[in-house]
Amino acid sequence: MIAFIFKRLLQSVVVMLTVALIAFAMFRFVGDPVNNMVGQDTTDTERAQLAESLGLNDPFIVQFGRFAFNAMRGDFGISYKYRRPVSELILERLSATLELSFVSAVLALVVGIPLGVYTALRSKGIISKGIMVLSLMGVSLPTFLIGILLILLFGVVLRWLPTFGRGDVVDIYGWWTTGFLTVSGLKSLILPSITLAIFQLTLIMRLVRAEMLEVLRTDFVKFARARGLPDRAVHFKHALKNTLVPVITITGLQLGALIAFAIITESVFQWPGMGLLFIQAVADVDIPIMAAYLVLIAFFFVVINMVVDILYYAVDPRLRADAAV
Amino acid sequence: MALLNINNLRIEFPSRHGTVVAVDDVSLNVQPGEVLGVVGESGAGKSTIGNAVIGLLEPPGEMTEGHVLLKSEQIDTLSLEEKRKIRGRRIGMIFQDPLTSLDPLQTVEQQLVETIDLHLKLGEAKSQERAVDLLRQVGIPEPELRIKNYPHQFSGGMRQRVVIALALCAEPEVIIADEPTTALDVSIQAQILELMRRLCKDKQVGMLIITHDMGVIADITDRVAVMYHGKLVEEGTTEKILGNPDHPYTQSLISAVPRPDVRLRRFPMVNYIEEEGERTKDLDLSTHWLGQARDFDAVEGPLLSLKNLVMTFVTKPAFLKRNRIMFNAVDDVSFDINQGEVFGLVGESGSGKSTVARMVCSLYTPAAGEVNFAGTDLTKIKSQNELDYYRRQMQMIFQDPFSSLNGRMKVLDIVAEPIRFHKLASSNQEVEQIVMDLLDHVGLGAQAAVRFPHEFSGGQRQRISIARALATRPRFLICDEPTSALDVSIQAQVLNLLKDLQEELGLTMLFISHDLPVIRQMCDRVGVMKMGKLVEVSATEDLFENPKAAYTKELLDLMPRLDKLSHEGLELEDA
Repeated sequence: MIAFIFKRLLQSVVVMLTVALIAFAMFRFVGDPVNNMVGQDTTDTERAQLAESLGLNDPFIVQFGRFAFNAMRGDFGISYKYRRPVSELILERLSATLELSFVSAVLALVVGIPLGVYTALRSKGIISKGIMVLSLMGVSLPTFLIGILLILLFGVVLRWLPTFGRGDVVDIYGWWTTGFLTVSGLKSLILPSITLAIFQLTLIMRLVRAEMLEVLRTDFVKFARARGLPDRAVHFKHALKNTLVPVITITGLQLGALIAFAIITESVFQWPGMGLLFIQAVADVDIPIMAAYLVLIAFFFVVINMVVDILYYAVDPRLRADAAV
Repeated sequence: MALLNINNLRIEFPSRHGTVVAVDDVSLNVQPGEVLGVVGESGAGKSTIGNAVIGLLEPPGEMTEGHVLLKSEQIDTLSLEEKRKIRGRRIGMIFQDPLTSLDPLQTVEQQLVETIDLHLKLGEAKSQERAVDLLRQVGIPEPELRIKNYPHQFSGGMRQRVVIALALCAEPEVIIADEPTTALDVSIQAQILELMRRLCKDKQVGMLIITHDMGVIADITDRVAVMYHGKLVEEGTTEKILGNPDHPYTQSLISAVPRPDVRLRRFPMVNYIEEEGERTKDLDLSTHWLGQARDFDAVEGPLLSLKNLVMTFVTKPAFLKRNRIMFNAVDDVSFDINQGEVFGLVGESGSGKSTVARMVCSLYTPAAGEVNFAGTDLTKIKSQNELDYYRRQMQMIFQDPFSSLNGRMKVLDIVAEPIRFHKLASSNQEVEQIVMDLLDHVGLGAQAAVRFPHEFSGGQRQRISIARALATRPRFLICDEPTSALDVSIQAQVLNLLKDLQEELGLTMLFISHDLPVIRQMCDRVGVMKMGKLVEVSATEDLFENPKAAYTKELLDLMPRLDKLSHEGLELEDA
């Protein structure tokens, strides 16, 4: 177990270093950092001095080392546009993105798994078939379209829900802002979280359904029935647990994707999160923000994957290898 | 009145292409303490009977006629809930594959206690006691400790014992065992059958045992019912059915059973089910492509000579070499195969038989030792071209006819691939002609070439595999359990075909099997493997009549006794 975690940690470090290298390469190859920082009338001597003081003349490996070391401490330099430390800017918006992703993930799991189980158990029923048709739409419609349609219906036509921003937020601990504690905050969460969740929800549902149908055909389910176990025990005690083992992996990956791909939803709903910050940074060629975002998302993926692997280990006794006797 | 009565059972599976009658007018009965065998080949409807009795017919199957009576009480008309209460409580069921019959995520204890508490309402503590007791009854050592284990921590035989314990949870009156030992080694099979027989007699349980294996039938049953295409063709005492069957199908089935006691020249009258392949034309091997280019480099001494072969696998990988746990799958194995000889390799699963085969054809690189083929050590060969030269001379036939053929290729292309790869024919027309002749020669007929593998039955597919193996004009064939996935009559046909080809083309063969009777029918000399080591090599008849190694004696003792088989009309091999 410890060897396993150690190996995964080592792999994670390699992944993070690779991503950091790509992020770092952006500084070198996307625009000239000195040009981005100075005005038109700066002399060449001053430029050279600035380059020297920024360490741009050092060997590549030294510069990368410095970047990686600073990144580890959370220091990604200063935003070209906002003239403030990037870490501060990201931290301000982190809570918005994480809250949105969290609500979406919960929504996707809480609705997706039961629907998947239902459609597997009643695979021939009319309701199941209806759900399957709808889910096909959920998988194939692009996120921004769903967002815009929801805004049109609930925001413009019915005027029930706000269509942009987070509503009123409350500060806790000074840096974390939450929308969970105010009515307008909660109302603002509804449309974006549904928009973000729909794709994941349908994916999880279809996955659970397929896995469950597979498990229901296995010998041990047949043997459980032959022992006279009631359907409830067969379905939920034996079949569902076996279904969820592979689902955990995909769900973990999707959670990372939720955070990463919140960008589109955040743009549609003008949600003040990291994704929106990133989109603006791309428009402004604000490289420090882009680099930091890239590294941060990679970090989320790595951490989530690691948690998933350990969870997998805990859930499935077969992975705790010991010989058969 | 018997314990279990099945009267005039008819089961239909409606489908788009009309209704399939899986079971047609079958009547059976089981007395307390009696073991009734239901025997037949795949598709005969024997498993469907078991499922129908327990009320678990796979949809859309349905019982259209007949009744099932348990102690004179009709149970097929009960409500779903009532039927569920009978399952496990009054009728227990044992399935074929112990590796997949248990929930992998729950401990054995959880599964046992759940079932015991459900039926007997004993409460947690009492159920646990009973669970331990059951495990002890089925012969699991240290049941108090082992009960906390997960299924994957048990070996196949132990898992089947757990499955039996689960079936016995509530002391059922009838047990239905569907191929209970098919997935097990012969030594484990003997133990499990002994256990089942003892439990049946001790507790006066009636047992319905469904199998295709005549060895199991001979070992454990009191009476036998023979099924063919959903119909009951014959029923009688085990002695009568094995020794003096009346119905022509039973006679044909019995004659196809590989005999452990005598060696036959060919299996007689085995084409009751699937027509034994007819060759539409005889190939003159002196002029035909297949018979040409057989002037291989002359060999002095044995064609294949293995010297101190070792193969190691890592069972527990670790970063540091010294922490790795290694396992010698093949440990210091040496034997020779002479030209034109059929050499058998026998042993239980995990004994390393298949690993040897894979090293011989260079699929695995041995950790140590030599593979001398026609005087050349194949392990020393560096160039691919030179290796191809030897590989062309040896071909392999695998066990599973379903996964060893590419389902997206036409049979023509499957068989032609080796010819094209080794450039053994000059033109495409010639290749096609050769393929058709080969298919004809293995008894499939030339028209098989344009079809896909899924259109063929298991036995026919194995014929395709054989045609493919012959397509490089090899001198040496490696057959790795070539018939263990096949029904007994089909097995007899395929073995007959292999025998004929071997004689005709003077092939040398390495024949791997776990089935001793098959080995006796096929091989000239036999090597016995146990846990990676070769424990004995003898001429076949010597080995069977006069085994030297203790392990060989043990294996022979465990072999199902088929003494009851009739000896009439057999064509014995000349000594």
